[in-house]
Amino acid sequence: MSTEAATQHPGLSVRHRLAERGVDSQLLLLLPAVVFVIGLFVYPFLYGLGLSFQPAKGGGAFADYQRFFSDSFQRDTIWKTLRLSVPAALFNVLASVPIAYRMRGKFRGKRLITTLLVIPITLGTVLTAEGLLNFLGPAGWFNRTLMSIGLVDHPVRLINNYWGVFFSLVITGFPFAFLLILSYISGIDPSLERAAATLGADWRARFQRITLPLLAPGLATTFCLTFVLAFSVFPSAILVGDPTGATRVISIAAYQAAYEQYDYPFASAIAMVMGAVELLVIAVVLLWRSRFYVGSTGGKG
Amino acid sequence: MTEKTEFEQLRLDGVGRRFGGQDALQDLDLTIRAGEFIALLGPSGCGKSTALNCLAGLLPLTAGSIWQDSKRIDTLPPERRGFGMVFQNYALFPHMTVRSNIAFGLQMRRLPKADVTRRTEEAIRLVQLEEHAGKLPGQLSGGQQQRVAIARAVVLEPSLVLMDEPLSNLDAKLRLEMRTEIRRLHQSLGLTTVYVTHDQEEALSMADRLVVLRKGRVQQIGTPEELHTKPTNWHVADFMGFRNLLTVKVQEAGGRQVVVEGPGIRLAATAMAQVSSGERVVAGVRPEDLVVQPAAAANGGGNVIRAMVEVVEYQGRELAVEARTPEGHRLHLRTPERVTAGEAISVSVAPERLLVFPLGDEAPPAGVPVLGDGASSSVGAPVLSRAGGEAP
Amino acid sequence: MTAVNAPTAGGTHAADRRRRIAASPAAWTVWGAVVLFMIFLVGIVGSVLVNSFGTRWFGTWLPQGVTAGWYSQAWTDFALLQVIITTLEVAAAVVVLSVLVGVPASYVLARRNFPGKKVVYLAFLLPIMMPPITYGIPLATVLYKFNLAGNLSGVILANLVPCVPFVILTMTPFIEQIDPAIERAARMSGARTLSIFTRILAPLLVPGILASSILVLVRTVGMFELTFLTAGPDSTTLVVALFNSMNAAGIRAQQSVDAMAVIYMSVMMVLLVVALRFVNPTQLVAQVKEEPEP
Repeated sequence: MSTEAATQHPGLSVRHRLAERGVDSQLLLLLPAVVFVIGLFVYPFLYGLGLSFQPAKGGGAFADYQRFFSDSFQRDTIWKTLRLSVPAALFNVLASVPIAYRMRGKFRGKRLITTLLVIPITLGTVLTAEGLLNFLGPAGWFNRTLMSIGLVDHPVRLINNYWGVFFSLVITGFPFAFLLILSYISGIDPSLERAAATLGADWRARFQRITLPLLAPGLATTFCLTFVLAFSVFPSAILVGDPTGATRVISIAAYQAAYEQYDYPFASAIAMVMGAVELLVIAVVLLWRSRFYVGSTGGKG
Repeated sequence: MTEKTEFEQLRLDGVGRRFGGQDALQDLDLTIRAGEFIALLGPSGCGKSTALNCLAGLLPLTAGSIWQDSKRIDTLPPERRGFGMVFQNYALFPHMTVRSNIAFGLQMRRLPKADVTRRTEEAIRLVQLEEHAGKLPGQLSGGQQQRVAIARAVVLEPSLVLMDEPLSNLDAKLRLEMRTEIRRLHQSLGLTTVYVTHDQEEALSMADRLVVLRKGRVQQIGTPEELHTKPTNWHVADFMGFRNLLTVKVQEAGGRQVVVEGPGIRLAATAMAQVSSGERVVAGVRPEDLVVQPAAAANGGGNVIRAMVEVVEYQGRELAVEARTPEGHRLHLRTPERVTAGEAISVSVAPERLLVFPLGDEAPPAGVPVLGDGASSSVGAPVLSRAGGEAP
Repeated sequence: MTAVNAPTAGGTHAADRRRRIAASPAAWTVWGAVVLFMIFLVGIVGSVLVNSFGTRWFGTWLPQGVTAGWYSQAWTDFALLQVIITTLEVAAAVVVLSVLVGVPASYVLARRNFPGKKVVYLAFLLPIMMPPITYGIPLATVLYKFNLAGNLSGVILANLVPCVPFVILTMTPFIEQIDPAIERAARMSGARTLSIFTRILAPLLVPGILASSILVLVRTVGMFELTFLTAGPDSTTLVVALFNSMNAAGIRAQQSVDAMAVIYMSVMMVLLVVALRFVNPTQLVAQVKEEPEP
């Protein structure tokens, strides 16, 4: 019967087949967004990729990549970026875990604390840099306090070097990591821990055997997002760092190639290297994450 | 009504729906006459909701066609079929009052304002929600929300009302009340209704005809009585309350009357289809058709199974009993006799109540020890203090 | 906290208090860290604030005098009125466009399964996962090629790149939690697609759209990299203007830069206060589902 109907109405059998695969006119709603992402993300990215193989100064297709990796001034930016972003992201995630674990329940003032923590994220890196210059500078309140309580004789140098950038990454990155981890921890059904307690697990065992394994995928995700933030470090590396030395990160190199030397192929090549390194780190973390249980954590989240 | 879409009959012709290579529904042929109450019945995942959604137009078909008299309607979008639908979780518009929910469909048909008001108020009165007409759905109880959903569907006087397990979210008492109410509405308004449920009791008590589905295929179509007394295969029997399904072998075949044999049992039975001697079959009987024999008559005559009582549940006038034969067959029965756990009993069954179905190539029913599979090893009958004792 | 989680009957209060004191070293460390972080935060914000109002500040705890003069100087020197107008124009355009493009897409992603859905989803996820500089530089190059960068349209287009996916990722779970049977019920009541959108979906989507709009607004006003790469002289936003004045240190008085920083800070604070009326703090950070507020 059905085959008979299909031969009578060839248009309908196509309709039947499309229906089976879930294709119909409603999918057109997706079109603007797809056009947008292709036009403003995929195409420029591929254009940049193509450009990176057409060096302005001649040479083979890989000349710009060779130039980047053979010049230690350029090549070291990868190492400098990772040296800043990996420790900063790790610190932010690891410091967040115990604090979020303590704050996972409901208590008065929780919303106030979370709101205060959103402030540095909202303010952004540029303003944080300005504040750090004032606060941690040789004549700032921080050094004055250290000197007046006699901890140091001379102001500690905390800006215009590695530490200035590191602090700025912590100030904006820690609240970010903390709020994410807090929401992951709150998503774990508290009765799981209570069940473990009735089975004789002390808090250490409960944390290690129940909370941590359920939290691990969330930690990996949080690390990735925090790492992306830190890896993109740009304005603070210029403002509170040492942009010609210790904190000449890869985004500065890409920016200088594009906007100071107007060498767009080389800038694109650096941007591609930057993207590749970032994706590599994320891939490693996600690979590690895939070894964990990733399912419902029983919470309401 | 501006576009009254009455019909003589609605015909589903080889209707099927595939999801990425998986058949959710296959070859559904069904003719619905005007005014009929049809129940689609089956366990979850049997394709009954798929069938309903295909009929509604919410799910495009991947095979077959649907005809309203001589007009093909499976190509029409749902809003142009003129059917009404009641959803499992009611699907009331949360941001609209009860009144606006019910009026919505009338407004969509661009009826004059006065008509909309009049018919909305009528529908509100019909489901007795006058006091709640100004409330939002979130402020109503489950039963009240259910009434709104029904009123919203019937206010359009649809040519067909589709109901998708409308009572499954209600508690037992309310479910019984709403069942009567839906039946009453059906009779007073004469609405053609297709009703999806997994509850065989609900289907039997409400519907004029039942369609039993399993794994996307129709198993049987018939009146409640036909399904209750003459299931066509053991799957339908299983669903219709034949809780005792035994895998046995045909000993003597001769027309309807057959004798079947399993480890430790030999029973006269009625074949529901052609079976031959030596064939593996499934014999089914309802718990209420197993009769506990008085102790004196324990050996009197045929069609008796000996078993040991394992679990007794008190259910008012009767006891629900789970017993086990020495060979490990588990029996469910209902009896007014006061038996206790550990007691040995004899159970008889009338040959016309023990129905025999061919097993074919299928796997035997789950939870039933297969013929000859180490029957002795599965005699896990608990040895209780009164084991072997005579019935009082 | 633990005390709240534990079933506390009236009689166990004393025991509870004792246990909390016993567990204090860990608690002290944790709370100490929080306090230290807050001190840093107050120090950073406070020193900018104090400096912007100070006359001369050298070698003392506080400036010698108080003045509001730096603000008027910053206002004229940095042409802040124009900068603020530009910022608002960019932000408004980005919010409207990203909602218009993003919401229909998230509707499809929430409701439908179709071949290639994973690829589409990944394409929407990547702009959020990549550092803005990596795609910002090729994007700016392309935009300059088409004469779209260096002006307002370039800044808007560049800012849309992370914002459209952001709207999609926040709206998809929001639409998922609206029962699809509601739309089917409307359809069964005879509503066409347009009526379903206007009468049923729109009222239900308003809270979600409001939340994601305010989040996009905050992100766009605070977005530095993409604006920096595509802005021309008359299309800088507040945050880029701030960076430029800081980077050109020595040209303007530090206090004047700080005054501008305070203006930027106030704008962000206003947005934050507005935002927190509609969303909870975690949503400002990422699109992770959180437990519903009590």
